[in-house]
Amino acid sequence: MSGPIHIRSDETFTLNVGPQHPATHGVLRVKMEMDGEYIVKAETVLGYIHRMHELMGENRTYPQVLPNLSRLDYLGALGYTHGHVLAVERAAGIEVPERAEYIRAITVELNRIASHLFWFGAFVMDLGGFTPLMYAIEDREHILDLLEAVTGSRLTYCYYRFGGLYNDVDDDFIAATKAVIPRLRKSLKKYDALVTGNIIFEKRLKDIGPISAEMCRKYGATGPVARGSGIDFDVRKNEPYSVYPEFDFDVPVYHECDSLARYKVRMDEMEQSLRIIEQGIEKLPDGPIMPKKKPKLIKPPKGDYYQAVETARGSFGIRIVSDGTKNAYRFKLRSPTYSNMHMFDEACVGMMIMDALAMMGSLDLVIPEIDR
Amino acid sequence: MSLTILNALVAVVAAIAFAALNAAYLVWAERRGAGRIQRRPGPNVNGPLGLLQPPCDGVKLMAKQLMIPGGADKALFMVAPVLAMAPAIMSFVTIPFSDTIVAHSMNIGVLMIFAFASLGGMAILFAGWGSRNKYGVMASVRAVSQNISYEVPMLITVITVVMMTGTMDLKGLVAAQAGGFWNWNLMPSLSSPLMPVSFLIFFICALAETNRAPFDLGEAESELVAGFHTEYGSMGFGLFFMGEYANIVIGASLITILFLGGWDCPLGLFPGVWWFLFKIYVLIFSFIWIRWTFPRTTIYGLLNLSWKILIPISLFNLLLTAGLLKVF
Repeated sequence: MSGPIHIRSDETFTLNVGPQHPATHGVLRVKMEMDGEYIVKAETVLGYIHRMHELMGENRTYPQVLPNLSRLDYLGALGYTHGHVLAVERAAGIEVPERAEYIRAITVELNRIASHLFWFGAFVMDLGGFTPLMYAIEDREHILDLLEAVTGSRLTYCYYRFGGLYNDVDDDFIAATKAVIPRLRKSLKKYDALVTGNIIFEKRLKDIGPISAEMCRKYGATGPVARGSGIDFDVRKNEPYSVYPEFDFDVPVYHECDSLARYKVRMDEMEQSLRIIEQGIEKLPDGPIMPKKKPKLIKPPKGDYYQAVETARGSFGIRIVSDGTKNAYRFKLRSPTYSNMHMFDEACVGMMIMDALAMMGSLDLVIPEIDR
Repeated sequence: MSLTILNALVAVVAAIAFAALNAAYLVWAERRGAGRIQRRPGPNVNGPLGLLQPPCDGVKLMAKQLMIPGGADKALFMVAPVLAMAPAIMSFVTIPFSDTIVAHSMNIGVLMIFAFASLGGMAILFAGWGSRNKYGVMASVRAVSQNISYEVPMLITVITVVMMTGTMDLKGLVAAQAGGFWNWNLMPSLSSPLMPVSFLIFFICALAETNRAPFDLGEAESELVAGFHTEYGSMGFGLFFMGEYANIVIGASLITILFLGGWDCPLGLFPGVWWFLFKIYVLIFSFIWIRWTFPRTTIYGLLNLSWKILIPISLFNLLLTAGLLKVF
């Protein structure tokens, strides 16, 4: 470093946020053109954890691909496997017993709460508060214990089978779930009192990180991000699947379009998920968990099939183009975070870096799900 | 003559030992405290209650290689950690722990501590600029603007206190508050009814000056990785860390002396060094408590707080006190 350094007043510099950066929660890279603390231009660069799950879906049989689906989003894995089994069941015309569908709904909602709890902790950590993460993880632990008891794993579940489930739930699980619900309700109230009302927290999120409804439509954003911008869209309500029409629950929608709205949507969603679990346990019918008639080899008839489900991050779609063989001809995944994240490039222009990264946290990114 | 030199040597060694011991064991206290707040044990493996953790950390840091990034300004890079630690230790020299325990009593002790405290900003600037890291530069620019804007309300508050007591000698400041908590500067008096507000302002400024959460914008890990000490490893990082904790002790001591009556007992009985230590550790614990409770502020929120709220209030308080001192 010798010689004088000339600084022009209009000079910008490039800041490489990631692929290894504490704010990106994984291997996302954002190339930012900075003017001091302000972002002039941002460009997200993907591909650091691409594992070709879609190609794997094309050269393996349908059951062989099933475990891959839980490697997309490691926080809400059940939702993704749910999408896959529903899509294949629709394609192959497999009937699912009612009990299995109820158990699926209960476990998916438990997983959704676990995912949102982790997001809550990580989001507050993005804002510089460490303690809520520890509290959230402790609550999530109870849910993981429940899911471990029935699915056998804690993170990358492979619990659903085409036509039903891997194993049935027992009375212990039902009793433990019933015990966890009031505990979580209490915790949610506590989080509300500890975090939501905090003046620093509110000042950092209110009216900051605006994402308009138009922008959501332009990029195809779904899930809590779109619902925080006033778009009343939830696949569970708008394109009902599984046994969701049987449940009575609300879809929280906020019209503020800021980071705080997205935060509130997720906090309210946890409450709604608890309601669904309660009703599911109450209505849980007896019966088999696998259909009596099930094809040995799954070979969907020729055709083009699509199934969307509402995962913790938004609308997750699976498109299966079958040519009648045991492998899919085309296996396309529409992952919600991929669409949600691409709004970041446009939305963060002109923001300060700390507000932009707070907004990135409010998008709830899980990078392996973006890259697949 | 030789006796004075010996005295000075003992004083300096004692000041360094106190600073280093505090820096090491406050890290332990912080980690244990964070553990309590977050419902986890914290360090508990090395020694009883994890009390041997700080020496272990120290040995580890010292055994590591000191890496200097390519293209860094070597001189500034090496000077910065020392500059972070040295003024903090120097400030200990003037702090009176009790009537008799003081390394060097000065009639301008307050001024000297603030003079040394402003050097801390230099260390951060050197570290960020010298390590040639964009995150480092951004962090040091933040930290310096923060230090400058919080020194203003802090000094205005100190002027108010000095006006009331009529001395800049730290010992004199404590002597003026002797005789029970109703005499402390914290309490509102006829000539300065807004003293509790001053205390609050000073407390907030002390948090901001020591770069502690919720004002730790210079090392905001979710935005700037590790801020100004991103490129520092081994003992370079260790010195920054110790400097931070030494500064916390200085801040707590200053609050104690200026507002809480130093070594004076709340009820006027048995004044002594234990009261001083008790008060500073209560304050330090509240620093730790705040750090693990609140999220971080934004840089503009921080500067707005200083220039739009704290400075006008402290200026108003100064004028009010000046006027009332004439009356009463």
